[in-house]
Amino acid sequence: MIPAALRKSLIYAALILWTFIALFPIYWTFSTTFKVAKDVQLGNILPWVQFQPNWLGLRAIGLSPDTIFNASTVRDEFLIRFWNSIAASLGASALALVIGSMAAYGLSRYQYKWLIWRNQDISFFFLSQLILPPVVLAMPFLVLYKELALLDSLFGLILIYTLMVLPIVIWIMRDQFDGIPQELEQAALVDGCSTWGAFLKIIVPIALPGMVAAFILAVILCWNEYFFAALLTSTKAKTLPVMVASQTGSQGISWWSMAAISSAAILPLIIIGIFLERYIIKGLTAGAVK
Amino acid sequence: MSNDFTSGRDAVIASVSASRQVMGTWLMRAGTAAFFVLAAVQILFAVGVTNFGFQTWFPVFASFGLWSIIICVSNVLRYGEAGWRALFVLPAVFFTLAMVIFPTFFGFYIAFSDWNLSSASGQHFNGLANFYQMIDDERVWNALGNMVFYVATVILQYAIAFGLALLLNSDIKGQRFFRVAFLLPFMLSPVAISWMIGKSMLEFRFGPVTNLLRHLGWENPSLLTTPWLAKATLAAMDAWVWIPFMMILILAGLQALSKEVQEAAKVDGAGAWNGFWEITFPLMLPVSITTIILRIIFQLKLADIVINTTSGGPGGATDTVSSFIFREYKDRSNVGYGTMVAEAYLIIIIIFVMLLLKVASRYARRPD
Repeated sequence: MIPAALRKSLIYAALILWTFIALFPIYWTFSTTFKVAKDVQLGNILPWVQFQPNWLGLRAIGLSPDTIFNASTVRDEFLIRFWNSIAASLGASALALVIGSMAAYGLSRYQYKWLIWRNQDISFFFLSQLILPPVVLAMPFLVLYKELALLDSLFGLILIYTLMVLPIVIWIMRDQFDGIPQELEQAALVDGCSTWGAFLKIIVPIALPGMVAAFILAVILCWNEYFFAALLTSTKAKTLPVMVASQTGSQGISWWSMAAISSAAILPLIIIGIFLERYIIKGLTAGAVK
Repeated sequence: MSNDFTSGRDAVIASVSASRQVMGTWLMRAGTAAFFVLAAVQILFAVGVTNFGFQTWFPVFASFGLWSIIICVSNVLRYGEAGWRALFVLPAVFFTLAMVIFPTFFGFYIAFSDWNLSSASGQHFNGLANFYQMIDDERVWNALGNMVFYVATVILQYAIAFGLALLLNSDIKGQRFFRVAFLLPFMLSPVAISWMIGKSMLEFRFGPVTNLLRHLGWENPSLLTTPWLAKATLAAMDAWVWIPFMMILILAGLQALSKEVQEAAKVDGAGAWNGFWEITFPLMLPVSITTIILRIIFQLKLADIVINTTSGGPGGATDTVSSFIFREYKDRSNVGYGTMVAEAYLIIIIIFVMLLLKVASRYARRPD
């Protein structure tokens, strides 16, 4: 038998080891933003001890204290990509949340029968989209978007991101609505509410935490999406991940600017992760764990 | 589109006035006719029969949206309450139909043509030529073989995730801190991770990981240039991203177990090893299977990390089907062939996932 104290320390040792594995790459990226070439090449890790922090990375994208008030084409480019990412992920998540919650509510409360389609067929139809790999849709979309004049447009990107997160929103919200007792709306209906009145006034406020969870998960997925953005956008609607990817292979190695752009791409999500962790876990586990 | 409801349909319709029903019916007919006329005009214009039409297909696309709204409204007019209820689901159905069904069938059409965006001759139907080319293409088989490897690594990720979930579930201080720290990798952009870890930390000359390996006595840690090592490295990066996802699901499953079972499940309890295999693991089987299946479904889409770290190299050792098709398009503009591989892959994974669900449903029931 291993003594209890030793067992306890082994548990903490394992936890700390994995924390290190999980967090070191993030630390490495943030710290590399402030390194000059020599420090990168020496593999220096600790600031002030091994290397002197330098504004190099932020200067490269025009966001360091001494360049922030000057005109900078790199910064303009970066801000457009950043804004595109925000608009695409928020727009798509909001659209998916609205139509997805409605569909999930309908499927949770009413029995439909359209021709040979019943509730479980409709549910399966939505959820089966999860299996569809992006490559299958990517090339037809490329050709269709060209015909529809939606190539390289934020609107086109929002449509396809909505499609991508819709099954996940329906999956989460269906589970949420199933957990709300039906008596609540029945009481509201007796009081003279309409079907939609009961949904909007009674159910939506109760399901709000679940909706927040679904929305956040959708935002994360859209923010990180690369495949469609790389194929369907070129200049106007390019998002941050595409900008990160297009820098990797290019001339020379400006580690600090790559690190700065990568940091910008992951920082919003780290903030979301720290402050809204509860919702992310709620969203991930809804429907999967009973 | 007929709207039938199993419960009390006639009673509900009876409350709608006759004139309203007629109005709804005519609205639907007019809307449908207008949509099809518009589409027909555009088709005739596109094939060159008439010289009247739109520059792009966008008006047809927009009128499909308008037509869906008309259908919803006419449903409400004709069926009253039943129409209102249908209104919950119809927008999502129309949206998904427009965005998935048409492109998928259009994809099959592209797959049987020699469409190359960079060639001047345009698109020609070439029958099964793409299919035969795919059967003979070693790169496709190689990518499929790699997918088998990547999917197999899910089991290893599951084992680690289960271990971490057990650690988090034991009596520890700062559980929230560890949970957030463990969760973070899952939230990061795969493209940023490709750079952060793949290009920077694994950099051959001075990356911190390669430095560490040299310290440990490995003289030549060529992580991304030796084929089998590159595959293992990418699998490890992928695991780094996805272990938190599985861990969260398993942790939620552990916390849903009853108190007595949880006591037995504590890693620091007496007889923990036997308790785990005899009690916790069997009880966790349904959650485990759901977790593994979800994870495999996501794994079948693996692309971003491979595209951005190695582009499938060295020599195709790390290629996935998705990254192969991505390059087929990006480097060669070969839309026809790429789509053929994509559609074939879709069929393979539908069959695979169906089989998986079938096998899983046999084991997913809770043991009595």
